[in-house]
Amino acid sequence: MFRTKLKAFAVLGGLLAAAPSPAGAAGEAIAIPDTRFSFDGVFGTFDHASAQRGFQVYKEVCSACHAMRQLSYRNLQELGLSEQQVAAIAAQFQVMDGPNDEGQMFERPARPSDRFRSPFPNQQAARAANNGAYPPDLSVIVKARPGGADYIYALLTGYADPPPGVTMMDGMNYNRYFPGHQIAMPAPLNPDQVQYADGTPATVEQMARDVTTFLAWAAEPELEQRRAMGVKVILFLTILAGLAYAVKRKVWADVH
Amino acid sequence: MAIGLHESDFKNPVVRWIDQRLPVFTMMQKEYGTFPTPRNFNYFWNFGALAMVNLMIMIATGVFLAMHYAPHTAHAFDSVERIMRDVNYGWLIRYVHMNGASMFFIVVFIHIWRGMYYGSYKAPRELLWMLGVVIFLLMMATAFMGYVLPWGQMSFWGATVITNLFSAFPLVGEWIVSLLWGGFSVDNPTLNRFFSLHYLLPFLIVGVVFLHVVALHITGSNNPLGIEPKGPQDTLPFHPYYTAKDSFGLVIYFIVFAGFVFFAPNYLGHPDNYIPANPLVTPAHIVPEWYFLPFYAILRAVPNKLGGVLLMFGSVAILFVLPWLDSSPVRSMRFRPMARIAFLLWTVCFFVLMYCGAKPPEEPYVIISRIATAYYFAYFLVILPLLARLERPLPLPESIARAVLGGGPLPAGAAAKPMEKA
Repeated sequence: MFRTKLKAFAVLGGLLAAAPSPAGAAGEAIAIPDTRFSFDGVFGTFDHASAQRGFQVYKEVCSACHAMRQLSYRNLQELGLSEQQVAAIAAQFQVMDGPNDEGQMFERPARPSDRFRSPFPNQQAARAANNGAYPPDLSVIVKARPGGADYIYALLTGYADPPPGVTMMDGMNYNRYFPGHQIAMPAPLNPDQVQYADGTPATVEQMARDVTTFLAWAAEPELEQRRAMGVKVILFLTILAGLAYAVKRKVWADVH
Repeated sequence: MAIGLHESDFKNPVVRWIDQRLPVFTMMQKEYGTFPTPRNFNYFWNFGALAMVNLMIMIATGVFLAMHYAPHTAHAFDSVERIMRDVNYGWLIRYVHMNGASMFFIVVFIHIWRGMYYGSYKAPRELLWMLGVVIFLLMMATAFMGYVLPWGQMSFWGATVITNLFSAFPLVGEWIVSLLWGGFSVDNPTLNRFFSLHYLLPFLIVGVVFLHVVALHITGSNNPLGIEPKGPQDTLPFHPYYTAKDSFGLVIYFIVFAGFVFFAPNYLGHPDNYIPANPLVTPAHIVPEWYFLPFYAILRAVPNKLGGVLLMFGSVAILFVLPWLDSSPVRSMRFRPMARIAFLLWTVCFFVLMYCGAKPPEEPYVIISRIATAYYFAYFLVILPLLARLERPLPLPESIARAVLGGGPLPAGAAAKPMEKA
C-alpha cells in the first residue's frame, strides 16, 4: 500500500524503481491481499472507534499469550479514552512493584503510567506454556512483518483446513498466509468471541480489522502527527523551492 | 595597522578587530565569496554541498539520539522504542537520522558518479578524489555500525555476517574478528564498541571532508566540459551565483528527504529490524541495507570466501587508483563517445548488482551477479586503460565561456547533451 503511494511523490522514483526494497527480499512469496484500512495512504488516520474495539479484542483474546511491553496504559488516552477510563482499565491488572521498605516485592493494581502487563514473566515461561512456541510481543508487530497491517489481517482471517496432501506437524495449524503455512497459534478469533459495547457485530473479519487497527496504532502512535506535519513541511518546502528558484534565476539573469 | 596583524578589508569595527587577529572572515570571503568557480556547472555539482549538509544533519540528530539511547543488549531495542514513543519529537529525530543515512548514500553515490562521468578524478585532482574515497569508506563503516545499534534481528545478523567476513583472511583473520567482537560472538562488548566508534567516525569524516574541501580549493572545481578555466571570463564568484544555485538544489533535496521521513520512514529499512535481536533465530534471508547491496552481490558472486571478501573490498579500493587506470587526457565523457557508453553500462551493472544483492543467492541471480561483477572490474582494469589508447575523443571547446556563451560553433559532443542553462 505504501509502495505505490510513495512512487507518486518520490522525485527519485526512477532510482527507487531500479533499487528493490530490501523489505521485499526476505520471506516466502505468498501474495498478501490488500485490505483497505482507515490509516492507508498518505493522508489516512486511525479510526479511533475501531482501534478502541481492537484494544478490547487484544485485552480479552490476544493478551492471554502476547505481551505489548512497549505500551503504557496512559497511551490509550491517545485513542480517545478519558483519564478515568484509562485509570479504570489499568486498575484491572495487578503488577509487580518494589522492593518496599522491608525489601519485599509486592503486587498492586496498575496505574496509567505502568507498561501493559505481560502475560508471562519471561520468554522461557511463554514457551513452556505454548508448546515451545514463543508468542511474539505485539508492540511493533505491524512494522516487523513484510506486508504490515495487510499481513496481520490476512493472518488472522487466513485459517483454513489444510488442503489435501498437506501433512500438518503435531500441534500446528494451517494458515493460508503464514510463511510455510504451519503456525503454532490456533485460530484466535471466533464469531462473537467478544461483546462490543457499541453493538458492532463481532464477526471474525470485524475483530481482525479492529485489532489490526489497534496494533497499527500501537506500532506507529506518531503516524497521524507525522503525516500532518509532513504535509505542512512539504507545502512549505515547495513554496520555498519556488522562491529559491526565482532568486537563482534573478541572480543568474545577467550572466547568460 | 599594527605589526603582526592581518590586513583586513572589512569595515565593521568588530568584524575588523577579529579579522585582523584571526582572519576567518577574509578566508570565508576568499573561499566562499569571491572564489572563482567555473560558470558552467550543471545540477550534478550540487551534490557536494548536499553531502556536507547531510553530514551535519546526521551529526546533529545523532547527538540527540545518543542522549536517549542505551548501548546495552538488554536495553538498546527498548531505548530506541522509547525514543520513538516518549521522547519529545523522538520519532522525528530518529526517522531523520535513519533516513538521513539513506539520503547520505543517495547523495554520495550521485556525487561519485558525477566525478566518474566528468573525469573529476584526473590530474590535478587525484588526491582530492582519493580523500573522497576515504570519506566513502568511513561512511560505510559508520553506517554499518549505526545499523547495529537498534539491536534488531538484522542488526545482529548483519553484524554477525559482516564481521565474520574478516575471518577469511589468513593468519590474522580470527584475531581481527575477536577484536571486532570483543569476545567470541557478537554480543554486548560488540554493541558497546560499535556505539563508541559510531560516535567517533563521523568526526573523522568531518576532518577528511575538511581536507577534501581544502584540496578542492587548491585545484578548483572540475566542470561538465572537463576543461580548465582559462581566465575570469570562464568563472563566476561562488557567491551569489552558486550559493543561489545550491540553495535551490538543497530545497529539492529536503523535499525528497521529507517525503521519506514523513510518509515512508520505513520504506528503505527491513521489517526484521523491528524484531529484537535473537542469537538463536536466524532470519530467512540476511540482507544488508540497500546501499550495501551492490557490494554484497559482489561478495556472493565469488564461490570462494576469501576471494569474495577481497573482491568486495577491491570494488571500493579500486577507486583509489582510478586516476592512473584512466590515462586519457580528456576528462568529460561528453567528449569520449566510447568511454561514455562503457561507463553508462557500468552504471547499469551497479544497479543490477544492487538488485541481485537483495535476492536470495540462487539462479539466475548468481550468474547475473557474476557477469555484472566481471564487467564492474573490467571497466576499471581493461576498458578504461584500453580506451585511453584506442579512443578518438571529440574536439574539445576552446574555452568554457565560448562553449557556454556561444561566439562559435559548439563542439558536437557539447551540443548532443543540452547545455545546462543555469
